[in-house]
Amino acid sequence: MIRTPAWKRYNWRVAWTSLVYVVFLLGAVYGFKHQLVPGALRYLVAVLPALPVIGIFVAIGRYLVEEQDEYVRMLMVRQTLWASGIALSLATVWGFLENFEVVGHIDAYYVAILWFAGLGIGGLINKLTLGDGGC
Amino acid sequence: MENRLRLLRAERNWSQQDLGQRLEVSRQSINAIETGKYDPSLPLAFRIAELFDLPIEEIFVSPSRRSSGAI
Repeated sequence: MIRTPAWKRYNWRVAWTSLVYVVFLLGAVYGFKHQLVPGALRYLVAVLPALPVIGIFVAIGRYLVEEQDEYVRMLMVRQTLWASGIALSLATVWGFLENFEVVGHIDAYYVAILWFAGLGIGGLINKLTLGDGGC
Repeated sequence: MENRLRLLRAERNWSQQDLGQRLEVSRQSINAIETGKYDPSLPLAFRIAELFDLPIEEIFVSPSRRSSGAI
């Protein structure tokens, strides 16, 4: 990607939220493994690792709002469309396969992982279809 | 969209980077516009036209006029 000021802010936000994700995930795993989380607090602690992941989605949204270079912004929009299409399509297919007991269960948060993989695929497609301009 | 941006830039001995800096967009944006892979928004098209002191239609070829053979 092109290192615009908005892109640098986006990278900074993603780096921070990723760090928070690791801390929250390790904390939650430790807490549950050692049965340190009582009662209703389990809901809160279980959700903690999801919050920084949501934070990354917010960072992408902020980037799209803040990016001043319209062409670069368009590239990211294309990437997010590819990501959404890939993640939702595969989740739908897997849902039916699972529903008819053809395959086993997969945790729903894998949709987010698929989405991030789709973002990478979208970037590759930008490069292949737009050449140098696809960054 | 077909355009004369590369020609106008070359006449002034500007690199894509130079033009990008003047328009406050990336070099890649200039490349994408010059090669017709990206059509700029109306505000950016106006900025380009003002920079070269030309009307927009002298820089960008109208797709409808081009298909009707008017240009």
